[in-house]
Amino acid sequence: MKEYNILIAGSGGQGVQTIGKLITEIGMEHGFEVSFIPSYGPEMRGGTSNCGVNISTEPIASPLVVTPTDLVALNLPSFDKFEKTVVPGGNIIYDSDLITRKPARTDVNYFAIPFTSEAEKLGVRANMLVSGKLLGVTGLCAPEGAETTIRALTVKRPALFEPNMKALRAGYGM
Amino acid sequence: MSDKILMKGNEALAEAAIRAGCRFFFGYPITPQTQLPEYMAKKMPKIGGTFLQAESEIAAINMVLGAASAGARAMTSSSSPGISLKAEGISYLAGSDLPAVIVNIQRGGPGLGGIQPSQADYWQATKGLAHGDFRVLSLAPAGIQEAVDLMGTAFDLADKYRMPVMILGDGILGQMMEPVRLPEPVKELPAKPWATTGTKGARKHNIINSLYIQPEELEEMVRARYERYAAIERDEVRVETWLCDDADIIVTAYGSTARICRNAIRAARANGLKVGMIRPITLWPFPAKAYAEAAKHARAFLDVEMSMGQMIDDVRLSVGNSENVHFFGRTGGVVPTPAEILEAINKISQEV
Repeated sequence: MKEYNILIAGSGGQGVQTIGKLITEIGMEHGFEVSFIPSYGPEMRGGTSNCGVNISTEPIASPLVVTPTDLVALNLPSFDKFEKTVVPGGNIIYDSDLITRKPARTDVNYFAIPFTSEAEKLGVRANMLVSGKLLGVTGLCAPEGAETTIRALTVKRPALFEPNMKALRAGYGM
Repeated sequence: MSDKILMKGNEALAEAAIRAGCRFFFGYPITPQTQLPEYMAKKMPKIGGTFLQAESEIAAINMVLGAASAGARAMTSSSSPGISLKAEGISYLAGSDLPAVIVNIQRGGPGLGGIQPSQADYWQATKGLAHGDFRVLSLAPAGIQEAVDLMGTAFDLADKYRMPVMILGDGILGQMMEPVRLPEPVKELPAKPWATTGTKGARKHNIINSLYIQPEELEEMVRARYERYAAIERDEVRVETWLCDDADIIVTAYGSTARICRNAIRAARANGLKVGMIRPITLWPFPAKAYAEAAKHARAFLDVEMSMGQMIDDVRLSVGNSENVHFFGRTGGVVPTPAEILEAINKISQEV
């Protein structure tokens, strides 16, 4: 059994839900069982936004992600809140432009990437860089494995296919 | 998996209703079910259907009553406080022998409560939704595919028994996304010779009414309805049992909570405990027999709900020995974790 319990958290507007939905779609495309659950309501409005994604070879029982195998933290409140919830041996990807404090644990793998400044430099969306990195860290698939999904999502605006793939590849390599 | 698409629960419920032949939707927005009317607002005008955002929940349910009287497949949806407002109309639907589907995506209560997931409307859905001797057939999907499948069932059952049917979900079901395989749209709907569609001078007129001034006449109407309820209790019970055959402890939960329990049960099994699950899919009719059967060998039951304990009443009645029925719940919009449920299972296993 192969299973990913992914929690993605940040500020409203950072594209947290988009990353979650994209990873869910990619997991589905690759034949996994998947579920996606967003936060909604007061914690979302103007504050933190998060979503949980389960990707598994087995049918998903609880859709909630309480103890993630993989955490993406895109702001400090999210990092503070969820760092301790990751399972031992799990992965934490975070934006080192926005989260400057030192990691608190020694039993998880940290991936500190300056997504915000890199996105500006490359002229791409930071959330696509994050998605690429998440594909790499989880080992879900190489960027090419996301082509079908990205194509389907950009079907109405095909001009966006290549920029998104470019960002995904760049993030994957970070 | 190309035949499956990723859909949000609320939207999948709406699409499934349309495919089940629903062409009249009347609603009023309320979190966490608003994507359902939103979807209807976008889709209905394109397929010749009617979406109407009413001035209130009370107006919406009475529009459902009107459309149902004319023989249409009609639906409304809301969340807990909104369902309370619809209660009177649902009683009138039942009293008029009208089919309709009502979706409740539950949130915390009482009062305006909160907007996070809850199951505190179990009593309302299964016992005392409104005044009068009547029942509402209640279906409780645990995932989006099941919700989609049960939507067709809901309309069919509503038509078959001429009564309101409720789909009881919660904020988790409404908001989450899962891959679904949508059913083919239904081509033919059941004939409704009782509907008020105009006589064209060819037959005696039909009357849709819930007022019976003569007590004997009203009693006869109610008794006839209860004969249908007896048939439903006999024929329409739906339940899932999982790992029950050798189980010492039976966890029982419905809807989203059952999904969370599944994680706890897997963990308990990994620790060598014999734990199984009974998951009612119809809340009324309640699957009492499944519990009575399990009670022959199980030493304890653990009822888990996102409430202070409501379904537990039916579990106790079904088991027939309330001392063996334990409870764990979180309420107000707090969702129980698998770890908390596992802890409750472990505690019981030490006692029994």
